[in-house]
Amino acid sequence: MTARTRFCGGLLRISRALRTVALSLVTGCVFSVHASFGAVHGDNDTSHSSGHGTHTKTHNTTYPATRAFPVLTVNYDHVRKPFEISLWILLASLMKLGFHYIPRVSSVVPESCVLIVVGLLVGGLIRLLGETLPVLDTQLFFLCLLPPIILDAGYFLPTRPFTENLGTILVFAVVGTVWNSFFIGVVLYGVCQIEGEQLAAVDLLACLLFGSIASAVDPVAVLAVFEEIHINELLHILVFGESLLNDAVTVVLYHLFEEFASEGQVTVVDACLGMVCFFVVAFGGILVGTVFGLVAAVTSRFTAHSRVIEPLFVFLYSYMAYLSAEVFHLSGIMALIACGVVMRPYVEANISHKSYTTVKNVLKMWSSVSETLIFIFLGVSTVAGPHSWNWAFVIITIFLCLISRVMGVVGLTFIINKFRMVKLTGKDQFIVAYGGLRGAIAFSLAFLLPSDHFPMKNMFLTAIITLIFFTVFVQGMTIRPLVDLLAVKKKKQTKFTINEEIHSQFINHMLSGIENVCGHYGHHHWRDKLSRFNKYYVKKWLIAGERSQEPQLISFYNKLELKQALLVAESGSAANIGPGLSSAALLSAQSQKQRTVMKNISKEREEEIRKILRANLQKTRQRLHSYNRHTLVLEEEDEWSTVQLRRQRVELEKRMTHYLTVSASGWDSPPVRRARFQSVKSTWPNPVLQLAFLPSTWS
Amino acid sequence: MGSTNSTLSKIPNAGDLMQETGFSPAHIVRLYDRYKALDKDKKGHLCPQDFGAIKELAMNPIKQVCQEVLDFPSFVRILAHFRPVDKNRPKDPNSPEHINSRSNKLKFIFQLYDQDKDGKISRQELLQVLRTMLEKQVTEEQLESIADRTIQEADLDRDDAISFDEFRKSMEKVNIEHKMSIRFLR
Repeated sequence: MTARTRFCGGLLRISRALRTVALSLVTGCVFSVHASFGAVHGDNDTSHSSGHGTHTKTHNTTYPATRAFPVLTVNYDHVRKPFEISLWILLASLMKLGFHYIPRVSSVVPESCVLIVVGLLVGGLIRLLGETLPVLDTQLFFLCLLPPIILDAGYFLPTRPFTENLGTILVFAVVGTVWNSFFIGVVLYGVCQIEGEQLAAVDLLACLLFGSIASAVDPVAVLAVFEEIHINELLHILVFGESLLNDAVTVVLYHLFEEFASEGQVTVVDACLGMVCFFVVAFGGILVGTVFGLVAAVTSRFTAHSRVIEPLFVFLYSYMAYLSAEVFHLSGIMALIACGVVMRPYVEANISHKSYTTVKNVLKMWSSVSETLIFIFLGVSTVAGPHSWNWAFVIITIFLCLISRVMGVVGLTFIINKFRMVKLTGKDQFIVAYGGLRGAIAFSLAFLLPSDHFPMKNMFLTAIITLIFFTVFVQGMTIRPLVDLLAVKKKKQTKFTINEEIHSQFINHMLSGIENVCGHYGHHHWRDKLSRFNKYYVKKWLIAGERSQEPQLISFYNKLELKQALLVAESGSAANIGPGLSSAALLSAQSQKQRTVMKNISKEREEEIRKILRANLQKTRQRLHSYNRHTLVLEEEDEWSTVQLRRQRVELEKRMTHYLTVSASGWDSPPVRRARFQSVKSTWPNPVLQLAFLPSTWS
Repeated sequence: MGSTNSTLSKIPNAGDLMQETGFSPAHIVRLYDRYKALDKDKKGHLCPQDFGAIKELAMNPIKQVCQEVLDFPSFVRILAHFRPVDKNRPKDPNSPEHINSRSNKLKFIFQLYDQDKDGKISRQELLQVLRTMLEKQVTEEQLESIADRTIQEADLDRDDAISFDEFRKSMEKVNIEHKMSIRFLR
């Protein structure tokens, strides 16, 4: 291909992509404009229809002669609210689609930036047409848009790295946020006093409140950016965990300062009460979440007969946990996370495979849409909101946020590293500091400020918006090249091997033994105690049937075998399709041999085998490799060498004849089947595997 | 701190032990106290019954470590395997590897698996380990299939047993320095 044809091809692709984007943008805008138009016309319609109603009532005997029977009427007001909501969601989804068709942009700019820009454009368009702009209603945000994202994050939270680094995360979240708020608040107050003029009116409490709003790292923004850069697990969980847990601190500080600011004065008692309040908020939220999680687990135990509504319980209980926590001004986010984490192991053991898939997919879909909507609305609200620009205030804010974040992270890491086994390096610290993005939560909190107590609310709002834009755009866009430049460790594709699992468990066992020998009750001792408590008491109540007795190693092993069976079956059926595939070419010779051998299997036996295989598939779960929103499909184990696969097949072939000669007369009922499997003295690796290796039965 | 020094002098070969294992004086004293506490009959050494007296160790593979008489230096040496790796300790190229280096830790685990000390983990030995870990919760068939699969995964030279090199290779992705360290023993 010459350069010219490549250039033309590229040009064509770009023009096509632009056309798609422009079309979707215009359609979306037209619809939303139409929606806002409808808002204006809706009032006229209501007056019309109500007038009509009375008219027809008084003249119900005589037919209104002047008016013909209306074949086609327009009554937009009837469906206005749902129509608008659906249109916005549709617009968000179309944007998401269009985003991936623009060739260069998706690799350079994170999705969140593009969405904010789209929001800005849409907002600008609506403003041009002179309509009222829909603003990010805080109620809508906190009650509808935020929970799905947090639930998605909490439900799929990788618990082991989270609990291993819990101390570090807590220190960053609590101490770091408090430090940030006070530093920003106090220094800003000093600057305002020095500056004089317009800013002298800003008192200390207002500055502290502003500091607490501006210091909170936002989980939505962090998720959106970090998911695209595939950073290693430790850093991901540190920044993400911090963004989740600092909600408690933010809630307390916000309410504290708001209360004080309206009161006008602070006493020491109030400050102490504030600290008590923090513990109440945090632990109260966790308690509420745990209670709801346990109730959900118990409920899932009895859903054997109505599998269809199982996912609903997961969502409803979590949402109720969030709302209940919000009733008492406890930390709703922590309640949601606690509920998800507590509920997950038991619910997953109880619900069917299909329900599990449903839960996973619906959560990902919901959170994806929510996130898109949040960013678009952020853009629109920027165009809408009343602004009061003050150069000094804004610039100082951004500057202070950066400085305080860096200082906080470096200082805290210095202390934390004394207690950690795996120390945080300078590179790690940089990423943690740089990854402190602000987002929509800060905006909503600023929006919630009552303007009568805070005359400078508009200035605060403008500053927060600028801060959000700065962090999302500048830091969000540059973090990816920086990660590559600094050669930060990326997330490695872990292949689960049974060796690692066995030896890891062995080591854990051994370590708790050593701790007992030393007489020291450490990390492993408590973990051991917790898992023993879990096994003997909790699981009995919360998991239905015999799955409660299954040790972890066995379920792990079953998962591995199932994955392998699927791989083998897939490669086997591929051999049937065509001779072109490389691995299949090796195996086709063997599969030919098997097909002749397998002629003996009758049709009923095949059907039973298929039923058994499906039942086994239902019993085990596919563990997620990553909680990445963009890749739902389990990543293929590409390290699985063809050599190993070939070895497997050779061995299976050897045992094939043995399997076929063993008479399988008792394949009838599931309990009999299970007993049969366990009594057959064969050298098969796994009954599932032996059934999977029948490529001709897989249709 | 004075008391540490006086007790330290009571412990025979304390200086050599510290040099060899890297424990600090305070640790050596603490371990000595614990050693004395475990040695209920005041024999001066530990025997398997003393370990048996610790009831939490009932189903623990670590009990095998104490097959015969254990004196204090051996006790300390075993525990030294679990020290976190300290990167700052100067590495003398002529001296033997530190006890808590990665390969020595792996060797320790390997020796726990390999009971007949032939340098290989055979299928029977693996089954025995699995049996102790999983107690009575699984059937013999399941254990055998797990053992089969384990050997299949790790065994590269097809001799139906896992040698130390194969063991080390199968664990190369696991962060042994982190996993097999107790912070308390730093």
